[in-house]
Amino acid sequence: MSKPKLAVWKFASCDGCQLSLLDCEDELLDIVGAIDIAYFPEATRAELPGPYDVSLVEGSVTTPHDAARIQEIRKLSGTLITIGACATAGGIQALRNWADVDDFLSIVYAHPEYLDTLETSTPIADHVPVDFELRGCPISKVQLIEVISAFVQKRKPNVPGHSVCVECKLRGTSCVMVASAIPCLGPVTQAGCGAICPAFDRGCYGCFGPAESPNVIALGDWWKSLGIEDDDLVRALRTFNSYAPEFKEASATYER
Amino acid sequence: MTTSQTKVVERVDLGILIDLLADSGYDVIGPTKQDQTIVYRPISAIDDLPIGWTDVQDGGSYRLVRRDDSALFGYVVGPHSWKSYLFPPRSVLLTIENVDGELIFTPPDAPDRRYAFIGIRACELAAIAIQDRVFLGSGQVDTTYANNRAGLFTVGVNCAVAGGTCFCASMKTGPRCLAGYDLVLTEVLDESTHHFVFEAGSDAGGEVLHQLPGRDATEADFARVAAIVDDTAAHMGRSMDTRRVREDIYTNRDSAHWDRVAERCLSCANCTLVCPTCFCSTTEDTASLDAALGQRERRWDSCFTLDFSGLHGHPVRETPTARYRQWLTHKLATWQDQFDSIGCVGCGRCITWCPVGIDITHEVAAIRTRSEVPA
Repeated sequence: MSKPKLAVWKFASCDGCQLSLLDCEDELLDIVGAIDIAYFPEATRAELPGPYDVSLVEGSVTTPHDAARIQEIRKLSGTLITIGACATAGGIQALRNWADVDDFLSIVYAHPEYLDTLETSTPIADHVPVDFELRGCPISKVQLIEVISAFVQKRKPNVPGHSVCVECKLRGTSCVMVASAIPCLGPVTQAGCGAICPAFDRGCYGCFGPAESPNVIALGDWWKSLGIEDDDLVRALRTFNSYAPEFKEASATYER
Repeated sequence: MTTSQTKVVERVDLGILIDLLADSGYDVIGPTKQDQTIVYRPISAIDDLPIGWTDVQDGGSYRLVRRDDSALFGYVVGPHSWKSYLFPPRSVLLTIENVDGELIFTPPDAPDRRYAFIGIRACELAAIAIQDRVFLGSGQVDTTYANNRAGLFTVGVNCAVAGGTCFCASMKTGPRCLAGYDLVLTEVLDESTHHFVFEAGSDAGGEVLHQLPGRDATEADFARVAAIVDDTAAHMGRSMDTRRVREDIYTNRDSAHWDRVAERCLSCANCTLVCPTCFCSTTEDTASLDAALGQRERRWDSCFTLDFSGLHGHPVRETPTARYRQWLTHKLATWQDQFDSIGCVGCGRCITWCPVGIDITHEVAAIRTRSEVPA
């Protein structure tokens, strides 16, 4: 039986999630034992033509060129999996969605006339059907291996949608918000990172985006009882996953 | 073996208890201060205990503060419960090897250790008794729990302080340890003395007690113990009326108050994970990429996650209202039908560790009140 062919595609992103695949040092040989890496410019210039059994797509759509390119990639791909906050929620660059892009262009670039960019940064699923979204900024390599394994073995990946609180409790980390009044997005953020920040006495920053049924307003109201101002709530919700619907709606509430 | 039924042990001699248990081969677990909370971890000496600390608790709030004395047990319960050891957050149920197409299923070996828990509160002894019924007494023995439970040595503590979210007195589980201990101690501390009044609850406890230095306890000692626990009972931060609670919850299944709680509920699952009686879990199957090695693992789950009620690809309890109602109804009502006891011991953890301070005692009272007012 021939191995499935894998392609890795980059859109607007920092490349960190693609690097998570290369970071699978100990597991990398097992991965290439189970799949053929057919297209992965970050790792190799060797390139096999499509179609591909599975595509990992990193990054968001920010240009007309990319908006067209993702359509072609969808046609070339059997299963399409988006990886990381850029691909699943528009990423940090989705902050442009609340501003005028032309203002940025004139400040940053000497010759903005060469640029052809969109007004917004949007997740891949806004453009094409996506089979699975792997969250995170960056993604967890453990979850990435789990998703690849599940694809190869034709089973559902163990990637729960529950809150970061569950991870804190599983590892025995005491709640930093209850015990130290540190504002934490953990109760409304999807698990997957292993609850790293609370383990180091920091609140969760929401890198994995909204959990499965987040009550962001109820958490925001509690933050306010801890002395957090509306402006700070807006900033906390507008980071890597600012354009995820539940964070976007809640931040709009506190912006009024 | 000679045993003692009671003993008064001076503060300077208490460390001998930990040494005796450790020398007998127990893994000794007890309360210890870690960062900003008191948790249950392996301890090896009295100095590992949170000496001179207490906890100030309210809905969604826990603060450690210094006491003005050197009490060893002058606080109540923290975010950990003993279930972390008896029913661990994760446990391997099976490993599966694929040897030339033949699948070999191997359960894990029983662990080669015995736990000694020091500092179990009355509510927690009641919680262990409830989990015993769930895991051992309902017709099917849970091997993981049974293995961790086997040979357990328990040292209870009668609470000398009540926490802001405690309500064991109204649940009739404390503050005096009622059953399930090998030894129970009461800490007596004032300007002139610092000692511990011990009582044995089993032969194993009596044997350990016999080896501790000290004098027999007198009527005066027991009067002092009674005064301490009576004072604690009189200062509970919360209370719950359990009379007819099952019937009231069933009657108020459609109370509008469930929706009001759900407006605040984060569905984050914290209440269930800190609860010393909640026992729900899920199983996760994983396999190596080459499918040569697989594993089935059990991990804590919660009735607040969507996957927990996922049937045929869709959650049965989709709304937070449905999930909160499920939790509270099970804890206080259907638990009685299932296990012949209420599922709540009044430890207050779900109140303190709810990130937004939802209070089971307030919510159940509100839900019952509405039954008297037709909608």
